[in-house]
Amino acid sequence: MNDFRDVIITVLYMVSAVLFIRGIKLLGKADTARKGNGLSAVGMLIAVITVLFEKQVMAAGLNSYLLIAAAVIVGSIIGAVWAKKVEMTGMPQLVALFNGFGGLSSLLVALAQYANYRTLGADAQPFEGITMGLTVAIGAIAFTGSVVAWGKLSGKMFKKSVTIPAKNALNAVLALAGLAGICLYAFSGSNTQLGFIGMIAVTAAFLILGFTMVVTIGGGDMPVIISLLNAFSGLAAAFAGLALNNSVLVVSGCLVGTSGLILTLIMCKAMNRTLYALLFGSFGASKSKSAAGSGKEPKSMSVEDAYLILEAASSVVFIPGYGMAVAQAQHAVKELCDKLEENGAEVSFAIHPVAGRMPGHMNVLLAEANVPYEQLKTADEMNPQMPNTDVAIVIGANDVVNPSAQTDESSPLYGMPIINAYEARTVFVLKRGKGAGFSGVENPLFTNDNTIMIYGDAKQTVSSLVSEFEDK
Amino acid sequence: MHEIMLLIFVFVIAGFLGVELISKVPSQLHTPLMSGTNAISGITIVGAMSATAVAVLAPSSTIGMVFGIIAIVLAAINVVGGYLVTDRMLGMFKKKGDNQK
Repeated sequence: MNDFRDVIITVLYMVSAVLFIRGIKLLGKADTARKGNGLSAVGMLIAVITVLFEKQVMAAGLNSYLLIAAAVIVGSIIGAVWAKKVEMTGMPQLVALFNGFGGLSSLLVALAQYANYRTLGADAQPFEGITMGLTVAIGAIAFTGSVVAWGKLSGKMFKKSVTIPAKNALNAVLALAGLAGICLYAFSGSNTQLGFIGMIAVTAAFLILGFTMVVTIGGGDMPVIISLLNAFSGLAAAFAGLALNNSVLVVSGCLVGTSGLILTLIMCKAMNRTLYALLFGSFGASKSKSAAGSGKEPKSMSVEDAYLILEAASSVVFIPGYGMAVAQAQHAVKELCDKLEENGAEVSFAIHPVAGRMPGHMNVLLAEANVPYEQLKTADEMNPQMPNTDVAIVIGANDVVNPSAQTDESSPLYGMPIINAYEARTVFVLKRGKGAGFSGVENPLFTNDNTIMIYGDAKQTVSSLVSEFEDK
Repeated sequence: MHEIMLLIFVFVIAGFLGVELISKVPSQLHTPLMSGTNAISGITIVGAMSATAVAVLAPSSTIGMVFGIIAIVLAAINVVGGYLVTDRMLGMFKKKGDNQK
């Protein structure tokens, strides 16, 4: 009977792992993405039901079922309410927060397992001990790192990028102390004083490490960090699976871990940074004062005059950045886009992979404003057409359109792929005020002869352009 | 020992599978992909349930039980919130000609 049950459990876990794989595959295509997400949710449901029939869960009886059910219901309600309530502009911080919860959960699973060993007087084999230690370590980094990222993204905490003196040395010491803790725990056993010290050491060291690692990272690097933390929370689940001898945890955790890692590398490539430089270098500090510009003053223009140029344009490209998210200008942009199309112009959007604060941030905002996704182009698709574009409208983007990345070898941005906005016949730059972008690098685009600055709140500027079209 | 090697085998294969699955995803889907996989990482809820049950069985493992319960709640937030928010996001991705309001 027990054998039969084990077979069924294994088969069900297998089905759920297959659904996760299929789900992720379908998530990668626009037409099937929603179905893919649904499939992976079904996989999760199957896994959660299956665990209820595991030997140890059945043995624990009604009490444990009630406890588990209560906890699942509470968590589900909280999660559902947050998912319903969140504004699309608040998406990056919500993803960071969910991610932190996932990490903390894996951390607590390992600690609960440890506490069980202590009360049972049982002991973990070295392999189990090491994987438990690694679960704690990675879960802890994912947790505190995500909380700091959430604070930065929501503007609630750690807004300024902090510099920690001798950051790398400090982080190295923390990591070594944590790893020493893992070894101490794994080889001296759960029920010894030394094992206890080891467990405490690894937990504390990696909780601090998650904090020190992320707190020094600036807002513009957030797309990379969020996807890295996502990878960590997946890996933590995978290691928990190794420790608990549960294959579905290993498969799905590892899938998330490596897919997150790939996404991280894609983001790094889009910024022309190595992951190493991002984590261990400090962008802000190494920034040399670039030559004090060409001394030219940027030209600016009123909305009325800008309207006249736009009205005559037959092709327009929007280049959105984080500024559009801050100003919540996506709906106004869509209105302007409609007006331009009514006027006979061809409108597209050029989206840089790292525009915004998380991978694909701009796509989500514009989708919310009902911009069809065929109109959203990548930098590679758009750049060849730039010289034939009448007007490029840069909304709250800066570094991703900075031509220094192609021309100025001394620029910290040099080598980063950009959107060639400067090649358009006219460039409008909607900007809150004068000043450099996140990286603090001067942008020569602003002083180009074909560039016109329109200062002010992006949403207001776009809205008044829309009303110019309406008044006509 | 055999069991451990089998788990490591699964771990490595799943890792490479993840790489293959993701490497050709268009950038417009990066956010849903991230939040969708994020929801999957809530699979740790399965481990949390199993650890909680063991704690209930064990004599006076209150700490284990408390940790386990909190882990279940957090993972449930991660799972349910993650899937719902991804679905909401994907519902907004429209093709040209889909009834635009």
